[in-house]
Amino acid sequence: MKKYQLGEFEEVVILTIGVLYNDAYGVSIKKEIENRLSRNVSMGALHTALKRLEDKGYIRSHDGETTEERAGRPKKYFEITALGKKAMEYTRNTREDLWRSIPKVALQVKIAGQ
Amino acid sequence: MRPTTRRSPPRLFLRFFRWYCHPHLLYHIEGDLMELYHERHDTSGKRKADIKFIVDVLLLFRPGIIKPSSSYHNLNHYAMIKSYLKIGIRNLLKYKGYSFINIGGLATGMAVAIIIGLWVYDELSFNHYHTNYPRIAQVIKGGTFQGKHFIGQDYLPYPLIEELQTTYGTNFKHVVPTSGPGGFGAVLSAGDKKLSRTGMYIGESAPEMFTWKMKYGTWSGLDDLHSMMISESTAKAFFGNDDPLGKPLKVNGTTDVVVTGVYEDFPKNSAFHGINFFEPWKFRLKREDWIAKQGWENHFLMVYVEIQPNISMERAGANIFNAEMNAIKDIDYLKEEMKYKPEVHLLPMDKWHLYSNFEEGVLQNGPVQIVWFMGAIGIFVLLLACINFMNLSTARSEKRAKEVGIRKTIGSVRRQLIGQFFSESFLVVILAFITALCLVSLSLPWFNQLAGKGMTMPWHLVYFWLISLGFILLTGLLAGSYPALYLSSFNPVHILKGTFRLRNTASIPRKVLVTLQFTVSVVLMICTGVIYHQIMFVKDRPVGYSREGLISMWKKSDEYNKQADVLRTELKATGAVIEVAESGGEVTGIWSNNGGFNWKGKDPNKDEEGFATLNVAPEFGKTVGWQFVAGRDFIPDMASDSSAMVINESAAKEMGLENPVGEVIHWANRPWGVDKDFTIIGVIKDMVMESPFESTRSSVYFTFGYKGVLLLRLNPAMSTSEALAKVEPVFTKIIPDIPFEYNFVDQSYASKFRAEERIGKLAAVFACLAIFISCLGLFGLASFVAEQRTKEIGIRKVLGASVTNLWGMLSKEFVGLVILACLIATPIAYYILDEWLKSYAYRTSISVWILTMAGLGALAITLLTVSYQSIRAALANPVKSLRSE
Repeated sequence: MKKYQLGEFEEVVILTIGVLYNDAYGVSIKKEIENRLSRNVSMGALHTALKRLEDKGYIRSHDGETTEERAGRPKKYFEITALGKKAMEYTRNTREDLWRSIPKVALQVKIAGQ
Repeated sequence: MRPTTRRSPPRLFLRFFRWYCHPHLLYHIEGDLMELYHERHDTSGKRKADIKFIVDVLLLFRPGIIKPSSSYHNLNHYAMIKSYLKIGIRNLLKYKGYSFINIGGLATGMAVAIIIGLWVYDELSFNHYHTNYPRIAQVIKGGTFQGKHFIGQDYLPYPLIEELQTTYGTNFKHVVPTSGPGGFGAVLSAGDKKLSRTGMYIGESAPEMFTWKMKYGTWSGLDDLHSMMISESTAKAFFGNDDPLGKPLKVNGTTDVVVTGVYEDFPKNSAFHGINFFEPWKFRLKREDWIAKQGWENHFLMVYVEIQPNISMERAGANIFNAEMNAIKDIDYLKEEMKYKPEVHLLPMDKWHLYSNFEEGVLQNGPVQIVWFMGAIGIFVLLLACINFMNLSTARSEKRAKEVGIRKTIGSVRRQLIGQFFSESFLVVILAFITALCLVSLSLPWFNQLAGKGMTMPWHLVYFWLISLGFILLTGLLAGSYPALYLSSFNPVHILKGTFRLRNTASIPRKVLVTLQFTVSVVLMICTGVIYHQIMFVKDRPVGYSREGLISMWKKSDEYNKQADVLRTELKATGAVIEVAESGGEVTGIWSNNGGFNWKGKDPNKDEEGFATLNVAPEFGKTVGWQFVAGRDFIPDMASDSSAMVINESAAKEMGLENPVGEVIHWANRPWGVDKDFTIIGVIKDMVMESPFESTRSSVYFTFGYKGVLLLRLNPAMSTSEALAKVEPVFTKIIPDIPFEYNFVDQSYASKFRAEERIGKLAAVFACLAIFISCLGLFGLASFVAEQRTKEIGIRKVLGASVTNLWGMLSKEFVGLVILACLIATPIAYYILDEWLKSYAYRTSISVWILTMAGLGALAITLLTVSYQSIRAALANPVKSLRSE
């Protein structure tokens, strides 16, 4: 059962929003992900993910200040909602469950194989 | 930092982005894009920043970011339409009386339009039953008479037919002579069965030319000399369901013929409707050998032709134009004829019915104008009904206004409201159309009788249904557009706050419309009145003889002549018949018209119009009861009376004789075979023999010549049925072969009023419909005004106005409108009717009382219609109207 649906990229984005806490808006999220995960993030992918997260109710947004750089357009800050937090925890728990369920031998074999 | 203006991203892509982006996301994504662009611009230069910007914009073009194609989601059309219909039906049922009026009015308008449409279709498709109609024509003559060019003489001389068949034969596929339109009456008998039927002599190739639909036999059925082709109904009457081919028939008890073909009866919109049998032309030529001996001056035959397929109608017409001139220019005794410059023309079959009037040589529109006029009336009536529908729908708009307000507040878009009102009007239109179809089906037999037509509902035609569908769509759009657009335009804030008021200007188009409708109604009322007045006036015209108790019959066999004396004595012996006479034709028609007269003091320079030359038996005068102004009647068995004449007053006036009795006139005429002097022995009052609406013709009466009609004057002391019961055995005894059949002269005379009575009835029907529809319009306006002034009426009542006061106040306005309509209508009606009356030589004048009565009638109807609304408004409790704030 998919109780909390969270895609891989969506997870990255919502985690990054958490990391940035009060300074999470489009460009800062993009830069943070690029820095930390050294992967390229297109505006299209990012904003689609943001919109989807917002539609699911995992994050909410409020308009922020405008700067000259942004040609007078307001920033839109994102923060994680309670539901979003639950979804993150759920994802994390399922992963850890999975980690825990892996027999030690399996990992050792892998490490040994390296 | 460099100035911002220089650091702008590619404009085209920015605009593209702004165009496709969802409005909720637009601002901050654009902000992000700009921030990134500026940063990249500063670090890696404009070009790279531009490219990256473009890539970003293109990658953003994906679902989720792109705005939806419309601003609302219309997923639930079906449910919505269902809800519209449900609300529409509930609204109809809630105001039953109102719905009844609305649907009834629209249905009436539609029914009128459908009937008129059928009528126009029937008129325009006249003679189309005959497949070859585009290439068939009637040969007619023209010429110059008294300095004027005329055309349209349809009787032709015998030699012209021969000329067309021989010299001009290459132009024609068929040349078909006939014995004249309408045929002749004859008695057919098979064994003991005797039936009177109308028949015609016709050229042998007629069945092929007019594409008769054969039930038995072939198109070559008339080739044999003693053959006869009969209609299906006649065949049924004689032989039931047996195959009638080869069966013998007797004509008038004397001539033996054999049935060689049975054709389907011709429909009412065919020139041959009602002709029940055809005999070959060559049989007539053989039996009546005088025909072939006739010269160019006796015009008594009609000819139809079918032109060759490779030649045009105009071409063939031009080829035969001089046919008569070329043929007669060398004949001595016709030198006189040449001054009339005779021409020969072709009148195409599709113009026989609608374009048959000629005036001064030009084909007149005549009946076709009436067809277009009727079509216009149909469209007009439908339009009025549609406008009334809009009127009634919008008059109650305040009732629906709150609904519109709530719907808009909840989120209905204007387009949806328009859809709602359209679906409601389509509902009403479809209901009205079904009602209209029922009305038409019910009234069609009655209308057929009224208009003398044989129309049926074309249920089986796909075209009919397509046109009906188009008709529903058109009417629905026409009638629904105004309510839909008007009601959906209301501002919800105003409606729900209670400050909403219908504009005063909204009533102006309604007033114009009501005035227009009443103008039409009053015109039609006046027309009906004047037409009936004219008919009554002409019916009272003194006819110069007494037509009551006078019966006439055609001598259908030679027995009548052989037994003439026996008949006379036996009939008189019964006591039922006072007098018996013979004449050349029926009293209700002029059967012969000729020139060749000369008298003392005749103006030699005047082209003579001729006189009606009527041959009658000496007892004729006593039988019909003509009235002498001077001189005496013919005396039977007086030898000198064979060269005596009785003339009428018009003829005396035309001849310019002060004291005509005893004067001598000379008459020379080839067809009548006379060239001698006649003495005038008497002058009678003009007898109305032709149309009673026209002036009487100058006539002379004389006693020689063949007389084909028998006239009986019944004894006035006996009732007609009593007298006929005594007369019939005499005929069946003396002439057993021929059934006893007769006409009442007063009935034949009355039939001359049929056309006028038809116009009168149609005018009356249309007047009633126009009044009905106008009343609906008025009703709509009255309810609109009453609703608009509810509060005002409430306040007036509180302040002490009486019901009578309020009734007067509300009705005054409409009375004004109707008086205005009367003032417009009267001169229009006067003009139309004056023109109409001018077409009759014997006519009444338009009397003031008809105009007054029509005006008063319209006023009375107005007051009745308006009073319902105004009294209801005046009686309403003011507490109710004032409370609802």
